Amino acid sequence: MTGKTSKPGGTSAPGTTSKTDTPVNDTSTPMVKAEGVHKSYGAVEVLKGIDLEVKTGEVFCLIGPSGSGKSTFLRCINHLEKINAGRLYVDGELVGYRQKGDKLYELKDSEVALKRRDIGMVFQRFNLFPHMTALENVIEAPVQVRGVGKAEAKERARQLLERVGLADKAGNYPSQLSGGQQQRVAIARALAMDPKLMLFDEPTSALDPELVGDVLDVMRDLAESGMTMVVVTHEMGFAREVGDSLVFMDGGVVVESGNPRDVLTDPQHERTKAFLSKVL
Amino acid sequence: MTVDIDKTDGRGGTPPAGAEAIKAIPVRHYGRYVSAVVAIALLAAIVYAFSQGKINWGAIPDYLFDDRVLGGLGKTLLITVLSMLIGIVGGILLAVMRLSKNPVTSSIAWFYIWFFRGTPVLVQLVVWFNLGLVFEYINLGPVYRDEWSDFMTPFLTALLGLGLNEAAYMAEICRAGLLAVDEGQTEAAHALGMSHAKTLRRIVVPQAMRVIVPPTGNEVINMLKTTSLVSVVQYSELFRVAQDIGQTSGAPAEMLFLAAVWYLLLTSVFSVGQYYLERYYARGSTRQLPPTPWQKVRANMLSLGRPRGAAA
Repeated sequence: MTGKTSKPGGTSAPGTTSKTDTPVNDTSTPMVKAEGVHKSYGAVEVLKGIDLEVKTGEVFCLIGPSGSGKSTFLRCINHLEKINAGRLYVDGELVGYRQKGDKLYELKDSEVALKRRDIGMVFQRFNLFPHMTALENVIEAPVQVRGVGKAEAKERARQLLERVGLADKAGNYPSQLSGGQQQRVAIARALAMDPKLMLFDEPTSALDPELVGDVLDVMRDLAESGMTMVVVTHEMGFAREVGDSLVFMDGGVVVESGNPRDVLTDPQHERTKAFLSKVL
Repeated sequence: MTVDIDKTDGRGGTPPAGAEAIKAIPVRHYGRYVSAVVAIALLAAIVYAFSQGKINWGAIPDYLFDDRVLGGLGKTLLITVLSMLIGIVGGILLAVMRLSKNPVTSSIAWFYIWFFRGTPVLVQLVVWFNLGLVFEYINLGPVYRDEWSDFMTPFLTALLGLGLNEAAYMAEICRAGLLAVDEGQTEAAHALGMSHAKTLRRIVVPQAMRVIVPPTGNEVINMLKTTSLVSVVQYSELFRVAQDIGQTSGAPAEMLFLAAVWYLLLTSVFSVGQYYLERYYARGSTRQLPPTPWQKVRANMLSLGRPRGAAA
């Protein structure tokens, strides 16, 4: 599980002020830590106090009915959504804020962007850039954000496309690819930034059943390489087989959590039982 | 009879072995022939009426390439291009300001658009020309100092009047384009760590262009014709030149037709340019680029005489 080439956080940490949040910054720091995370849209409370921990190198699965808040929580992790209460840490650093004493300061957009570099995200609807070829999609962020040379980025992008089984599709535009192929390009695009954490937001929900397998294979391969992954999914088979931890969410709270094999085969809560009896 | 019912899919291309390709007599569209005849007859009647009018048509070719006309044409083009440039740059800027989270910039953009869209261009042009009533001198410290009437030449009046007005319209076009881009694109770019500015420049604007280009082409063509208004501020573009020649040569109506010929010619050229520009920005959004008119003609030529659907 710790076979990952872990970055000690020194290179990616934009400031030293974050040290005050959590003094420990070794491998025992959880990759994601949520403490009483709340989120509401107007009067609707979507997250009602989420507490959880994602360890470095593990595959963490979030399951639950639609509207349970799992996607929202995922989007909070890279600050696409702002939380209203509680604390959320990624690699020991507060998400979206800086703490000085007991005061919180909002981070500037540029500081938020800096942190997002290290967190890859894969969307349900792929969100590939339609005006760029597969290869251009993959090199975009390394070239524009990290300032990597074009030739070097292309070389690496070809390797990544080969890794997801799409070496021959480098020159194709997204509209010329199937859903499964698009999603695999999207994974390659996220990996091109060498993230320390990958977020998957229902990556197979928009795919034809026969295309799901290819995407799951890529994710399985990624998990084996030691990538820390938080996966919102309806693929119970994937969760059971690849997942290291699993959380069942409903109505904005964590109902049950534990080892996926235990939770899926022997759920303790009535709500979990009811949900699993419908999806399994 | 019943044995002959074959499932050829209705597609004549490559029928499966044993099936007979359909050779049916196509539906006759008699209405098309009738309407074509009526339209041609009407056109001929109009042309005849004009040819019999008291217009000296011979004067038009005499002056078509007159130096003064060509000079006016050049100025018309110059004003069109420059004021569209001001319009597009200003429009993008205003659209971004309008959509910005900053309430100050978005209010400024709103006010600008409200004012310049709410008053006629002709009035704006004349106001620019007469702004010397308010600002007697233009004084940029040691760099430049002059009386307003000397500073505000007809050229500058035309440029500012048309350009600033156009910016307000372009702003609305650009805003519609920016809003048409799926929000997931911005999210994906942000998730990759791209800044707001980079997301806009690299991801959103290129996709917005597909929506922005067609109405902008329209605006260019509109602008070309609107330049005729600047004749009121003494700028000697095509329309003004045509009027001047008309008065001295004793063929005023003829010269207006001459101007119309040139305007029509230029707008036609611009339309062709617009087609190729749209085609360029359509890349990635369709599986195959639409054919150029030339490719279409060639495809039609090749498919002539062959069964339908056989064209490659």
